[in-house]
Amino acid sequence: MPLSGIEIYKLLPKSNCKECKFPTCLAFAMKLAQKQAELSACPYVSEEAKQALDAAARPPIRLVTVGANPKSFQVGNEVVLFRHEKTFYHPTALVVRVSDSDSADSIANRVKEATTYTVERVGHNMGLQGIAIQNKSGDKAAFARCAQQVQSLTDLPLMLMASDPGTMEAALEKAAAQKPLLYAATRDNWQPMAALAKKYQCPVAICEPGGLQPLSDLTEQVSKTGVEDIVLDPGVRDFNGSLVSLTQIRRLALKSNFRPLGYPVITFPSEAASSLEEEALLAGQQIAKYASIVVLDHFSPEMVYPLLTLRMNIYTDPQKPIQVTPGVYPFGNPKPTSPLLVTTNFSLTYFSVAGEVESSGFPSWLMVTDTEGLSVLTSWAAGKFDAPKIAKTVKEFKISEMVSHQSLILPGAVAVLRGELEEELSGWKVMVGPRDAVDIGSYLKRSWTS
Amino acid sequence: MPAVELPVQKWPGRIHEVTLGGNGRKKVVVGGEATLPFLHFEGAIPHRPAIAIEVHDRNPAEWAENLRQVWGSALKSPAAWAKKASELGADLIALRLSSAHPENGNTGAEAAKKNVAQVLEAVDLPVIVLGPEVAEKDNEVLMAAAEAARGQRLAIGDCMEKNYRTIAAACIANGHVAIGKTPIEINLAKQLNILISDVGVSRDAILMDPTTGALGYGLEYSYSVMERLRLAGLQGDAMTAMPMICTVGEEAWRQKEARVSEGVPTTWGQAKERAILWEGITAISLLEAGADIVVLRHPRSVELARATIDKLMAGAGQRSA
Repeated sequence: MPLSGIEIYKLLPKSNCKECKFPTCLAFAMKLAQKQAELSACPYVSEEAKQALDAAARPPIRLVTVGANPKSFQVGNEVVLFRHEKTFYHPTALVVRVSDSDSADSIANRVKEATTYTVERVGHNMGLQGIAIQNKSGDKAAFARCAQQVQSLTDLPLMLMASDPGTMEAALEKAAAQKPLLYAATRDNWQPMAALAKKYQCPVAICEPGGLQPLSDLTEQVSKTGVEDIVLDPGVRDFNGSLVSLTQIRRLALKSNFRPLGYPVITFPSEAASSLEEEALLAGQQIAKYASIVVLDHFSPEMVYPLLTLRMNIYTDPQKPIQVTPGVYPFGNPKPTSPLLVTTNFSLTYFSVAGEVESSGFPSWLMVTDTEGLSVLTSWAAGKFDAPKIAKTVKEFKISEMVSHQSLILPGAVAVLRGELEEELSGWKVMVGPRDAVDIGSYLKRSWTS
Repeated sequence: MPAVELPVQKWPGRIHEVTLGGNGRKKVVVGGEATLPFLHFEGAIPHRPAIAIEVHDRNPAEWAENLRQVWGSALKSPAAWAKKASELGADLIALRLSSAHPENGNTGAEAAKKNVAQVLEAVDLPVIVLGPEVAEKDNEVLMAAAEAARGQRLAIGDCMEKNYRTIAAACIANGHVAIGKTPIEINLAKQLNILISDVGVSRDAILMDPTTGALGYGLEYSYSVMERLRLAGLQGDAMTAMPMICTVGEEAWRQKEARVSEGVPTTWGQAKERAILWEGITAISLLEAGADIVVLRHPRSVELARATIDKLMAGAGQRSA
């Protein structure tokens, strides 16, 4: 929890020496509270005060980096339980697991698929974040060999999964430079695992399925050895248990400021799933409810694409809705004779309109005007969706070369723009569409004759 | 070692309980939650969320081929369709009177009465009746449906801001539950609940539909508005404490990701499975945000949603750590 100016003031020397360039210690304390000054500017501050201030400045959930540049990912540092309270900051990392007992070919295929997978949605490219390697063979050399093979095939961050510290170190000798996530320190092996994390400067996951108290105790022990980059696995796999334990961990970190559980959480949905679909649904729950890393045991585009879409939805900043890139979007292979509809680039407006156009059965063009992310009526009222702006967009995207009919369909809510727009766009016919997106299908059926 | 004290939130409010069916018909109760979705350790969740299967009173030629195939000949009659839905594990039947839409046949009160009666005859599940979403037609066919099913405690919708009086009054007169639908906004939802209450509908006879955004098409807006409505209800605001219904199937299957199998990027994967996950993930996300009824279309999504609800309800009655 951040300290107030007064609380900080109590920790300062109160000598008003001015060496920090502020007139009084109180003024300096106020600036510190606003994060507009650095504590190091005070030459007389005590060790005790430094520690107290450092601790207070620590985020309630630690930000942990997995992997080395350029493709490392960061998780944690979340500040709310509900996205509407502010936003969720660091999107859940999706990691695909391979096993060292699989054939080299199947490992290579899986790793290549996961590494090269990328899918575009409203102008954003989405993909996977890492590869987990499971020591299933029980063999040290096989694990090290597998880690080396995977490393040579991908630039994604790695996660090494072995319970035997000697086996873990064998792989680390090959892959430590990539700063893999080590999985996992347990009540049986935590000392050597923590030592490896420290020696190789890698983040480490702590797995303790016995409940949050033993997990917390184990985390304290590991962090006392100087390891700070920790990821938690409460070991509860099923839908309800996972929801409950992840909610409790998030609440303890944020509401109770409970340090020993103030770390990102990792989950393994396939371990509680009886089908690929169920794995996807549980992964979906965990994306929305508090998992920072989700390890998938299956990779298929039809499973990953909806999950990446969900992640994009949940991690969108509610105060800054996604804007759709302005331009002309085709639906169902439109021809020059197909209808052209106009809308704004507020994502929800776009999606409502796009969904209706898509399901109308009419191949169509949809022209998205840059209204700075405002909806139709709001942007019209703000002067960001007027006749000159629409006319400019028509010209900018050379729409007269795409459609032969020189007609456009305006949202019904801004019917008032019709006359002026026809003046701006000479030779064009401006039609007034329905007020509500839901009526687009019937409007086209009724009014559109190419 | 610091002791873990599990935070347990005390919620002063509770979601209203709404009963559908009864009177010889199976009964489904939704609502009654005293905590956030599936957090059994914190408060009672007396009823599991219900799954409704969407049935139309006409053969919906516009539905995705994948869906049409799986329902097959049942699409030809609402009674057969409802019967099959019941066999496939629906808790409720959601009968959409889409034939009353001016573009889809413009049928009237008589057809609505007949179709509602046939569905009520074919299944012993409680029934939700939804209009074609054209205000004057909604009034006409929903009034008729309400009268035809007097005493069967249907849920009838949608009451919209401009158009709630007639439907709400028909619900009162015939002993049904009114569904209020508002466009993804917490204050509008609350306001409509107040308006419907002012007409005289009691609190245990209102469901709210805060409008569903499908995965990738505004899901995050629905998700957050529903979380906010549920939090407000639990904090004691009785006018946001209505159980929520989400038309998941309708919205998910409207989207390209669920409908189209050709001419889309290969990174979208196999079409059938993608469509089911599109509906399934939308459903589960909204259940975790507080949905009490999800209306679905594909039998496999129904199966998955049912299995997931079983698992999420598994902790009921336990005070876990």
